[in-house]
Parts: sequence; C-alpha cells; structure tokens
Amino acid sequence: MSQEPLVEIRDLNFSYDKRPILTGVNLTVPRGKVVAIMGSSGCGKTTLLRLIGGQVKPQSGAVKVSGQVVHELDAEGLYDMRRRTGMLFQFGALFTDMSVFDNVAFQMREHTDLPESMIRDLVLMKLHAVGLRGAHNLMPAELSGGMARRVALARAIALDPTLIMYDEPFAGLDPISLTIVGDLIRKLNDALGASSIVVTHDVHQSLKIVDYVYFVSAGQVVAEGTPEEIRHSTTPYVHQFVWGEADGPVPFHFPTRPYVDELMQGVKAK
Amino acid sequence: MSRSALDLWVGFFVAIGLASLLFLALKVGNLASASSTKTYTLQARFDNIGGLKVRAAVKSAGVVVGRVSDIQFDQKEYVALVTIQVDGRYRFPRDTFATINTSGLLGEQYVGFEVGGDPAALKDGDVIKKTQSAVVLEKLISQFMFGKAADGGATP
Amino acid sequence: MVRFVLDALARLGAQVTGRIWRLGFAARFFLAILASSGTALRRIHLTMREIYFAGVLSLIIILVSGLFVGMVLGLQGYDTLQRYGSSEALGVLVALSLVRELGPVVAALLFASRAGSAMTAEIGLMKATEQLSAMEMMAVNPIARVVAPRFIGGVLSMPLLAALFSAMGIFGGYLVGVHLIGVDEGAFWSQMQASVDFREDILNGVIKSVVFGIVISWVAVFEGYDAVPTAEGVSRATTRTVVTSSLAVLAADFILTAFMFRG
Repeated sequence: MSQEPLVEIRDLNFSYDKRPILTGVNLTVPRGKVVAIMGSSGCGKTTLLRLIGGQVKPQSGAVKVSGQVVHELDAEGLYDMRRRTGMLFQFGALFTDMSVFDNVAFQMREHTDLPESMIRDLVLMKLHAVGLRGAHNLMPAELSGGMARRVALARAIALDPTLIMYDEPFAGLDPISLTIVGDLIRKLNDALGASSIVVTHDVHQSLKIVDYVYFVSAGQVVAEGTPEEIRHSTTPYVHQFVWGEADGPVPFHFPTRPYVDELMQGVKAK
Repeated sequence: MSRSALDLWVGFFVAIGLASLLFLALKVGNLASASSTKTYTLQARFDNIGGLKVRAAVKSAGVVVGRVSDIQFDQKEYVALVTIQVDGRYRFPRDTFATINTSGLLGEQYVGFEVGGDPAALKDGDVIKKTQSAVVLEKLISQFMFGKAADGGATP
Repeated sequence: MVRFVLDALARLGAQVTGRIWRLGFAARFFLAILASSGTALRRIHLTMREIYFAGVLSLIIILVSGLFVGMVLGLQGYDTLQRYGSSEALGVLVALSLVRELGPVVAALLFASRAGSAMTAEIGLMKATEQLSAMEMMAVNPIARVVAPRFIGGVLSMPLLAALFSAMGIFGGYLVGVHLIGVDEGAFWSQMQASVDFREDILNGVIKSVVFGIVISWVAVFEGYDAVPTAEGVSRATTRTVVTSSLAVLAADFILTAFMFRG
C-alpha cells in the first residue's frame, strides 16, 4: 500500500466570473483517513469538492487524485476516476423517479454487466450496512430526511469507492440521525479502506469522527490540525467557530457605516 | 407504473397513431387510387390552356385516366406543350381529340380525351395531333357582344 | 439625460447579446443531444417511458380538442359554403384545413403546453435538487440518460398526436355535417377523397408535425437544463418553454407553408 496521499491539492486558485473563490489552497488527504473541511457558508468548501470531482477546472494550481491531475484527464480517465469516487450530495439528491432499490442499483446497472440476481444481493447488502434494508421498495418522497441521507450514503458506496466525499452530511438532521450518519461515515470508511472528505460546519459531530481538519475562510486555509489541536486552537477564527461565539473575526454586524451616523442623518435632515 | 403496463400503453398509443395516419392516407386522401400502376407519357399542344394546372385530371367519358405532369411554353411554335401521364391500363386511338374542359360552370379545368375510330393506338412519347383549346371567358363575352351589336345595331 | 439614454442602450445591447449567446448555447446543446442519442435508442425502454409521459398522457386533450375543432369547422364551414351553394364541399374544407394546418399546429401548441412544460419542469427540478450533478459524479452523462430520451420521445410522439387530432377532427366534422346538418354523406367523403392528395397535403402535414416536434422538444429540454436551480427559476423556465415553443411553432408553420403550398 503506497503512502502517497490519495488527494493532493497544491497552490490552488479558483475564481468564478472574476470573483476569487479559492486562493492558494494547499490540502492533503492521506489514504485511509477521514478529513474534515470546515468553515462558514459560502467560503468555497463545496467548490473544493467540485474541483476534486472534476466538475470545474481551476485557474491555476493542481488537484491530484491518486497522483493524476484531475483537470488534465481525458474523458476516459475522468470516467475511471469517477467510478472509484462516491459522493453524498447535500440533502441526498436521490433520483426521485426511482425507488430506493433502483437508486442504489443505479451505478451497478450503468457501469457493470452484473446479473440482476447479483445486483439484488449487493444492493440489499449496502442498504443493510446503513440500516435501511427494509425500505428498499419505498420511493424517495416517502422517506424522512435522515432516511434519505442514509440511502444516499448507501448509493455513494455502491461500487466500493476509494474516495468518498460528503457535502454537508449533517445538515438538517435530528440528533439520532446525526449520530447514525456520523458513525456510518467512520465505519464505512474503515470497512472499505477508503479515504473520506467531509465538508461541514457541524463542529460537534465532525470532531468526533475525523482524523484531520482544515479550516477555510474567505477562500484560504486559515488553520489545520487534528481534532485535539483544533479544540485547543488559539487562532481567533477557529476559536470563534469551534466554541460558537457570536462575535469575533466573523463579525456580528453586516459591514456598514456606524449606527450613530445613521441616526444623526435623521436629525440633520430636520 | 410497472414496465409491462407502460409498454402496453405505449404500444396502444403508437398503434392508434399509425391507424389514424392510415385512415388519413386511405379514406381521406387518394393514396389508394394514386397507386403505383405503370403510366406512359403523351404530349399535346394547345393554343391556349386557359386555367389548366399541373396535376389536373385527364378524363375520358368522365373517368379519370391520367394526370397532367408538366406544362411548358413551346418557343418555336408559340403554343403550350402539355405532358400527360396516362394510366397504363388504358390505350387510346391515334386520332384522339384532346380538349380542355371546365368542370361545372366556374370550376377547375381538366383535359378531356374524345376518342375517334383509328385502330392504331397512341404509344409512349406520342404527340396527340388534334387538340381544342380552352374556352376563354373574355373572348366568349366579347363574341356575344359583337354578335349582339351586329344583330340589333339599330336598337338604342 | 444623455446618461439615461446611454444606459438604456447599454442594457438593450446586453440583452440582445445575452439572447444571441443563449441561442448559440442552445444550438451546441442540440448537437450534444444528437451525439448522445445512441444510448436513448439502444436502451429503448428509456425512450418508451418518455413516449408514455409525453404522448400517451396527452391523448385525452388531443382527442377531445380535435373532436371539438372538427365540429366547429363543420358548423362554420357549412355556414359559409351554403351561401355559394357549395355545401357539398364541406368534407373538403374540413379535411384540408385539418390535415394541412390545424392538425399539426393546434396539436403542437397543445403538446407544448402539456408535455413541453412537463419536460422543462422535470429536468429543471432535477437540476435544482442536484440530481443531474449527482449523475455526472457517478460518471453517467446526464444528457444521454435524462435529456436525449425525453427529446426523442417528444419528436416521436408529435406526428402521431397530430394525425390523431386530424382524424378526430374529420370525424367531428362528419358528425356535425352529415348527421347534424344533413349534408349528403356520399358527397362529403367522395369530394374529400378527390381533393385531398396524399403527397401534397397529408405528407406535408406529417412533415410539419415532425418539425414542430423537434422544435418543441428542443426548447423544452433546453429550458429545463438551463433553468436557474431554484423554485422560482424552474417556474420561469416552464413559462418560457410554452411561450418560446408556441411562437417558434407558428413561425415555422409560416415558413413551411410558404415552401410547401406555393401553389
């Protein structure tokens, strides 16, 4: 087993319509580890996942998966890479016109020639791993939020990927589902011998299960470390984030002119 | 919607769609009569074809026996050259008269074949020798008025 | 004042260039659909599913509308024809109006609002809920899997629906003309058969409906694929589909009619 990291990002710069989203990002995901990428909304976390998955191209810098630069892959190379990658989208993104069973079986039917009997066994196995084997006949509209998330997880691991990416897996879940999803992320990663990237802003859940954390703010990596290091970090931004403080480097007030001026304007107008 | 139910409905839809196309083609249009029987070509020269159009019918004894396929202007003789596709089942004698008639009083114009008694028949590519041009309404009216003027010139 | 005019001009220019850019994108999208049609045709069940949703589910509205349009043609046609003593030509009038124009055009407009808007909403919603993105990440081309079957399903359904519309309309005209008003049944059908030509009228009508099918399906899937991925964006996209495809159908009808029926 090579010790080269599965995902390596070096000096990444990405902008959209001349607006810089990511600046000079350096990030590594070692094999077999679960890495969290944290930060407040709109800081570019989801864009990172899209760059790794090859859905968008960076302006400069390199994103390497298994040693291959993603945006230089040809169609076949990209196809191979995506076959070995699983992704859990925010809120699941299950195919609403298919049953739970068909959703999980989708990749198997599209990319393999396995007979239906074998696909059935595999699908039930994946659903069993997430605890929803009994729901295989339901339609996505009939599932609760937590159940839909778990089915999406089962779908993400359908072809036993080596890299699993999670986009806000904890968003909007009840406490029970939160624990379940967190446990599953860790257990599946270890069982499959895969590497996982979890993009989230749920501090509590992620620090329980991940091996390493990257903090992204305004398009740059501002802090990184193991969960222990992060908990005791003195970096102001990290401290505010981890301990949930109302005001700090991320200001409470939306930037504008001082309140006094606003009030005085009314007075002066008289 | 199970697979077999869906297949059934789609099959039903395509079947009635094709059936209505068939209905339109056969019962509404003239596909049945415009069959692929073999035709042969005849030509006829007219001084005036009036309002005859391409694809007009060619009738003999009131039965459609062919269609006008082409109308050209003959530069040498300054007449109209009409090309006719005749149904291969029918033969006409060499002294057939080709006339241009009007169906009804103000209706469409068609070519009429009036047969003579010549035992020899017209072959593919032959030219019909005897033709009668279309009746032009203006000439008819001016003839009538001329005749009237000639008859009762004294009438005020 | 000058600034105001300049601003207005700049906005207009931006709108025009925006639309032209979008048209170019739509054209490239069309080529992409054609290129990935192989999957839709090889896995025919995908396309058949879309024929069901676009064609079979439009049957009721097409058949009922066709019947009513034909019946109205019968009434209106008789009213005008009998003034010139040509009431026996009612069959001809009903048949030619339907087969040449009303069948393809009205069926297309109904199809655009029923099936076209449904296609746009489906694809737009899949985009908004990241299903298309998920498919892409699973190395499945969403254009081949989701868009092309819907496009081909629409193109195949349209001519069948137009033929059904015309057939129902002629039947409606027959019911009103022969059974309600009393036009001679024999004259109704025989004059119709004599005047309606297969190549000139019926085939041209079919060609028109195929062209309309392509136009409507193209606009519908494009607007869905290009929709802003929010609830409001999808609803605006469906409105745009109905408006744009209806106008395009009418414009195409004029161009095709000018070509075909130069007389």
